[in-house]
Amino acid sequence: MVMDYMLSEEEKMIVETARVIAIEKVKPLREYYDEKEEFPWDIVKEFAKADLFATYIPKEYGGFGNGIMGLVLVVEELCKVDGAISLSLAATALGVFPILIAGNEEQKKKYLPDIASGKKIAAFGLTEAGAGSDVTGMTTTATKDGDYYILNGAKCFITNGGDAETYTIFAKTNPSRGARGISCFILEKGDIGFSFGKKEKKMGIRASSTRELVFNNCKIHKCRLLGREGQGLMIAQTTLDNSRPGVAAQALGIATGALNEAVDYARKRIQFGQPIASFQAIQHMLAEMATEIEAARALLYASARMIDSGKVKRTSKESAMAKLFCSEVAMKVTVNAVQIFGGYGYTREYPVEKMMRDAKITTLYEGTSQIQKNEIALNLIKEYVAKSR
Amino acid sequence: MNVIVCIKQVPSLTDVQIDPENGRLKRDGVESVINPFDEYAIEEGVRIREKVGGKVVVITMGPPQAESALREALSRGADEAFLISDRAFRGSDTLATSYTLSSAIKFIGNYDIIICGKQALDGDTAQVGPGVAEMLNIPHIAYVKKIELLGDKLIRVERMMEDGYDLIESSFPILLTVVKEINIPRIPSLRGKMFSKKASIKTLDAATIGVDAKRIGFSGSPTQVMKTFSPPQRNNCGEKFSGDAKEIAIALVKRLSTLGIV
Repeated sequence: MVMDYMLSEEEKMIVETARVIAIEKVKPLREYYDEKEEFPWDIVKEFAKADLFATYIPKEYGGFGNGIMGLVLVVEELCKVDGAISLSLAATALGVFPILIAGNEEQKKKYLPDIASGKKIAAFGLTEAGAGSDVTGMTTTATKDGDYYILNGAKCFITNGGDAETYTIFAKTNPSRGARGISCFILEKGDIGFSFGKKEKKMGIRASSTRELVFNNCKIHKCRLLGREGQGLMIAQTTLDNSRPGVAAQALGIATGALNEAVDYARKRIQFGQPIASFQAIQHMLAEMATEIEAARALLYASARMIDSGKVKRTSKESAMAKLFCSEVAMKVTVNAVQIFGGYGYTREYPVEKMMRDAKITTLYEGTSQIQKNEIALNLIKEYVAKSR
Repeated sequence: MNVIVCIKQVPSLTDVQIDPENGRLKRDGVESVINPFDEYAIEEGVRIREKVGGKVVVITMGPPQAESALREALSRGADEAFLISDRAFRGSDTLATSYTLSSAIKFIGNYDIIICGKQALDGDTAQVGPGVAEMLNIPHIAYVKKIELLGDKLIRVERMMEDGYDLIESSFPILLTVVKEINIPRIPSLRGKMFSKKASIKTLDAATIGVDAKRIGFSGSPTQVMKTFSPPQRNNCGEKFSGDAKEIAIALVKRLSTLGIV
């Protein structure tokens, strides 16, 4: 059905394991969690038992060392069935990347094994009410006090907020230095002065918690600092280089799931005495959807392989391309899937309206499509300038 | 606590065909799976190990391709696997199979519990499990739906009956056959799959387990398939009564009393 992307034996096992979990454990409950807006703990436990949290974590910390490709394959496969429940896993990766990128040995040994086993999930705290795309506008501060830092401020729209045990939080340690004054810290649920605020009610990904994090004189030991003071922005940017393929995989999975539903429905729905799949109008829509999905997959896998090769220092352009393309394709494909279902597609009887709602977030978080274009253009021009010198 | 789980590879239910020549199941080109009842046996064995330690050894008698069933069992948590395979085993009925499996189990040794699925999906006899126990001269309990270990000397099980269940206690070693009510088999984990792919599976042939050539394969099998056929479709069965409710009721009761049913 899909093209041959030369997946290794281990990668095929990852896909197969995630596929079975998605169908047997996620599918029967996806409407329930969408409706109730509850955190899907029972399914998170299934992910953990099947070792799905471990794919991208290096072997020395209890994982399988399958890199970004390992993460992408799991997220894509799960999202073919549901684009929200798998966020417990995908957003954990986002929260863990700062530790993988900038953590010292002690920090990695302390936090990563529990993530790999699925015992704990993680979250990433960068966004603030007044600092979305413009990260440097953040107002959360971390003031040094002897061997400690004292955090004050609030983060908003934090995926897994309140449900995660481990948080990577960005705060200004030196507000006068702007972009160079941001640092990154590990916080734990239960740290005194660290609490959870408003829970968002959302259009889609409703099985995923999105919550405000509040720091009120939250005092943490300096051993929680990731990297050095002032490296926060670099850590955040490198994290996004690694995590955007995960969002792209979510989008690709949702799109593939919507296409599967649309083809299935078009073959069964009879109008004018024949299946609507026999009409060229429908056929051309399906053909476009399938082609764009395959192009998105090729771009995403190539980007993931490039990151995993470790041959290039930064992959901002490629990660942004994968995220931009996959998320825009997901939006287009899910809208068309609803179109093919007609009025039925608009009802909650069928899964495509949910897929369309879930798809929308992928063009928004971890940088909107417009921000991805900025990133791509900036790096593109930089590369040309470097070449012409 | 060491557990031996006996499994069988069977054709997947979705496309079963019977060879009109010899009346046996066509196995070539048909997808093979672990007999579904044996999946419960594997899961129960793994749960026992997880609770009290020890190891789970899974065995199967079959052609070389039955190795894939063993690998699947390893991915579901078993520690070791043996393939009991020899051309001389071909044509074994339940008696010869019980003898061969019990010989292999004697060869492997060091077990406390043997678990089998209650029956195989293809043969449907439910004879091999108890047969193995008899040949090993150990007690067996069939149709087990719950296992409780009372220390390392005593086991208590619930045996499913049509009207409830029996509570039975036994010493070790013992053979149990299990029903699907006993557990929900786990989905193989990634770690399990990776382990099963690399694991080495030993093949035990007739010479290794030291069987009597007259008691294995065709020659050791008193059961011979004389003929198999599909039962002809029954037509004109059933009777239809028409009229209003009262008329229908009267006609039905009359007919039933003619038949001596009421």
